[in-house]
Amino acid sequence: MEWLVTEADVDAIALGAGVLGTGGGGNPYLGRLHLLQHLRLGAAVRIIPADAVDDDALGCAVGGMGAPTVGIEKLPTKHQMVGAVRALEAHAGRPFSFLACGEIGGANSLQPLIAAAQTGLPVVDGDPMGRAFPELQMDTFMIGGVSPAPLSLRDAHGNTVVVTELVDAFWAERIGRAITIAMGGSAALGLPLLTGAQVKQHIIRGTYTLARRLGRAVLEADRRGLHPVESLLRESGGLLLFVGKVVDVDRRTTGGFARGSLRLEAVSHDLAGAPAAGARQPAGESPVSRAHEGSTGGRQCEIEFQNEFLIARVDGRVVATTPDLICIVDAETARPVGTEMLRYGLRLAVIGIGAPPQLKTPRALAVVGPRAFGYDLDFQPLAAAWPGTQPEVAG
Amino acid sequence: MRLGLPAGDALPPMVDWPADLREAVGDAAWMVHGGREFDGRPLSPLDPEEIRQVARQIGQRGIRAVALSSVFAPVHAGDEEQAAAIIRQVLSDADITLSSEIGRMGLLERENAGVLNAALRPLAARTIRAFRRALEGRGVGARLYLTQNDGTLMKAEFAERYPVLTFASGPTNSMRGAAYLSGLRDGIVVDIGGTSTDVGALVQGFPREASAAVEVGGVRTNFRMPDIWSVALGGGTVLRADPPAVGPASVGRRITREALVFGGKTLTATDIAVAAGCARVGDQERVRHLPPDLVEAFVDRMHRMVEEAVDRMKTSAGPVPVILVGGGSILIHRPLRGVSRVVRPPHHEVANAVGAAIAQISGTVDRVYNLEEMSRSEALEHARREAVERAVAAGARRETVEVVDVEDVPLAYLPSNALRVRVKAVGELDLGAAR
Repeated sequence: MEWLVTEADVDAIALGAGVLGTGGGGNPYLGRLHLLQHLRLGAAVRIIPADAVDDDALGCAVGGMGAPTVGIEKLPTKHQMVGAVRALEAHAGRPFSFLACGEIGGANSLQPLIAAAQTGLPVVDGDPMGRAFPELQMDTFMIGGVSPAPLSLRDAHGNTVVVTELVDAFWAERIGRAITIAMGGSAALGLPLLTGAQVKQHIIRGTYTLARRLGRAVLEADRRGLHPVESLLRESGGLLLFVGKVVDVDRRTTGGFARGSLRLEAVSHDLAGAPAAGARQPAGESPVSRAHEGSTGGRQCEIEFQNEFLIARVDGRVVATTPDLICIVDAETARPVGTEMLRYGLRLAVIGIGAPPQLKTPRALAVVGPRAFGYDLDFQPLAAAWPGTQPEVAG
Repeated sequence: MRLGLPAGDALPPMVDWPADLREAVGDAAWMVHGGREFDGRPLSPLDPEEIRQVARQIGQRGIRAVALSSVFAPVHAGDEEQAAAIIRQVLSDADITLSSEIGRMGLLERENAGVLNAALRPLAARTIRAFRRALEGRGVGARLYLTQNDGTLMKAEFAERYPVLTFASGPTNSMRGAAYLSGLRDGIVVDIGGTSTDVGALVQGFPREASAAVEVGGVRTNFRMPDIWSVALGGGTVLRADPPAVGPASVGRRITREALVFGGKTLTATDIAVAAGCARVGDQERVRHLPPDLVEAFVDRMHRMVEEAVDRMKTSAGPVPVILVGGGSILIHRPLRGVSRVVRPPHHEVANAVGAAIAQISGTVDRVYNLEEMSRSEALEHARREAVERAVAAGARRETVEVVDVEDVPLAYLPSNALRVRVKAVGELDLGAAR
């Protein structure tokens, strides 16, 4: 189904995309502000189903590349996204008729919508990850054999580079990073160039709708006084793997990745340590604590991360592995918690959401499975289906 | 006025402010060229004529308070300083706040903090004038200092220039007072008042700072704020028996009329402390009718609320000492889990005033150095000197100023040698200069 993005949708998508970010993907705060600016000025952003795109139509995915430290100083520039898109279009020699998302998890969910607001092009409802991953080759376009070339990069000044030939996605990552550094550490990225047929063959369908659904479930729970974590679980079809308190965060920054591990311990949920300003659920009535009794019932949870949460163990037993989504949210508000926010004492809920089927093929698992991240483990699928294609639960 | 074009033009200054607040400060924002890249290279050349033109527009609109921000100002503050000098050529009486003097990395949040500071200066000036008049009116011929939110003092003139540094200075006074009265330099301070409990961590005698963005009146900022966790538990907190509930409402200062032990009709946390036999205020007879198991349930609940708040402020799982201060601290009289010992220093009920009266003065620096221009030790030395100078400027006696904290962190994800350095220097109040 086709839909127009409203201001309320932007909040819901940003929140849902944060959950799907599985700890990484970056903060959509600045992108959200940018997109709202456009919507308030009357821009229309249209989301269309993948099957509405003609086979021979042409378009590209668009997003940001660079260091987060730079992104918070050099704020978004008006013509950067659209410039990256136009550069690829000029190279292709044929007008684009759609845009796509390169990563629904985190900040990159909103970039195509900004480009859409500026160009009037519709955005395909979907993306090639269904979550966040740290590198370009980890997506279903690349896994499916779509060429990473040509790619385009554009900086705040208007400098624009089109890389016309690339051997593979690993080279695209390496060369793209080098150009981005020369551009001052942040750039708009157009990649890959796509035909409608390629979109239909490889994209994970419906992930904008899914992000909006997850965000709405949480926001709606806030409004109606329901427990947001419970609503998120229901809407995502996910499993509550653990609820507990952070007791240790071990970080090692190596190779540009924020690697580390996180240890949680179960806590009783009948404390009323509410902040002075906020009213909360009274003691012992939290649905999450009830749900918790019925879930794994473990005492300790350990999670390995490399930008994103990748492996979860409860009492030493592996309960979730990449590419299944390990989403960590605040145990009370259900707001997503990124790896950079982890610290002792936070109360968190760990939710496992089944990965999209396209990420579970042997070919995909070679790129996004536990071994691709250096863990001596096989993928152990969660007993939870990917929620992307299911009808909306909340009315 | 933000220096940084062409970058960032999609999000002009104050873009994320609530509309009413933006209007209240005049909704006047300009973007011009200037600013830096992450490695200190110019982002675009500063254009003095462009800045003069904007300065003239500022003058025409009758604006005197100006906030200046610049891309990567924590790496290179020179652009803001240069632009301020150019503005003063046009508007000699402009009152200018530089973002680099107040905030950290994160342009929008640092700029927001700068705008708040600029907008609050006239109020700060009025408030301080009123303080002065009040002192004169009572014949107090002393110099005036204000407490700031790292638990130290600053000269009134300094507070006029940096009013945002006074935000949340109440809890930090208590924490400094707790450190002084207990002799402990590290631990968790629990300050229980009439309506709330403020919990903070002491690190080397000073309150730990919040690391994340802090919202002030709906505006995201990133200037120095104490890391405080507040819980709705105080001496006046209202209790409900059926089903048992603690707060969040409080009778506050009306406790001496409304609490049961004072002849009132409201069951408060203080009544439970008296009924449990661990506080002697008011009339004990008036709470004798409370069922012992109910009293026990509330006592247990209040201790667990404090335990959880302490736990949230800890940085690791090991037990830590807790310093208990404030008039409401009579509510806590049992050992606390996760706590090595509970210290209740003498005069703890006036820890807040004590914290202000011990009169220490600080200077802090938080900036990014490019190690292609200087060595790490040169960068640290530069930051130390600057922190000492800032402490002296704020009113410290030079020979007593000591550097109490140095932290340097290389910035991740970037190939150049960018080093973020934070230094804090503290000295004694220079009373000699007062006369």
